[in-house]
Amino acid sequence: MRRFILFVPLVIFVGIGVFLWKGLQLDPTELPSALLNKPLPAFQLSALSDPERQLTEADFKGEPALVNVWATWCPSCKQEHAQLNRIKAEGYKVIGINYKDDRQKADIWLKKYLNPYALNVFDNEGSLGLDLGVYGAPETYVIDAEGIIRYKHVGVVDEKVWGQLKGIIDQLKSGNKVLAQ
Amino acid sequence: MRYFIAVFLLILPVSVWSAIDTYEFKDDATRERFKQLTFELRCPKCQNQNLQDSNSPIASDLRNEVYKMLQEGNDDSEIVDFMVARYGEFVLYRPPVNKATYVLWYGPFGLVVIGIIVVLMVSKKRKRNTTTSEVSSESNDETHLSSDESERLKDLLDTGKNK
Repeated sequence: MRRFILFVPLVIFVGIGVFLWKGLQLDPTELPSALLNKPLPAFQLSALSDPERQLTEADFKGEPALVNVWATWCPSCKQEHAQLNRIKAEGYKVIGINYKDDRQKADIWLKKYLNPYALNVFDNEGSLGLDLGVYGAPETYVIDAEGIIRYKHVGVVDEKVWGQLKGIIDQLKSGNKVLAQ
Repeated sequence: MRYFIAVFLLILPVSVWSAIDTYEFKDDATRERFKQLTFELRCPKCQNQNLQDSNSPIASDLRNEVYKMLQEGNDDSEIVDFMVARYGEFVLYRPPVNKATYVLWYGPFGLVVIGIIVVLMVSKKRKRNTTTSEVSSESNDETHLSSDESERLKDLLDTGKNK
């Protein structure tokens, strides 16, 4: 019994060590989305390509898709753009939300770097962004065919992240209801 | 030249001031509520700044939103709920008491209780140790007599009396 007590500090030390070590691996900037498994917020905004055309959340429905929040002022968006083009080439639907941007600049950007977006919402005041809980572009959501948000990724979509997102979309397409953690 | 510098210095504080957004409130109570809300809501982009403190664009958007909702006559809990619905409980500097935050709220009290128990145990043990050591020192004492010795002593004293 006496002997055992001598090991108590060691056990406590190891416990705290493991706890803190795990904490080091966590990314504190990654917030869980408050909108997981909730439908897209209602909105009515013009299309990026055509100021006359009004888009609503109904336009997002139909098949599982990526919803990408982007802007020309955001350097990481440029970084992930080529990946988005590849995703489109693979036959997946990508919807864009042009967040707090300039219509002209965005048009030029899409001509210059190609347009991976099936449609693009022009959210220059960031009102849809606010309702989605966007706190920094780029952010990418996975929505299912009914327009319910199933996953949120904050930051650049690269090869590795796409692998993960693709898995979720494929599962949604095969009819499995995945509940994102 | 000196004149220009003087004019420039006069303008400087004004231009610095203009970087801070200004809000007009209908009364002091609303202003106070705005201060309180932006003080207690955390900027989602920044790790440890409230809305009041942060210069990030998202914080300024949310300040505008709080202001707008105050002007529209929403009460504080509606504004807080609005923010939580979008950004999650991360934005609350005063988290609600629920299953996920029990450790946060009650953990410190638990630690205090554990501390008190440890202190009590240690002091009790120390007390017991000192009493046992007193007993043992008594038994080692040269003045302490065993039963044989005390009998002999009694005999000696008795014979002395009889003489």
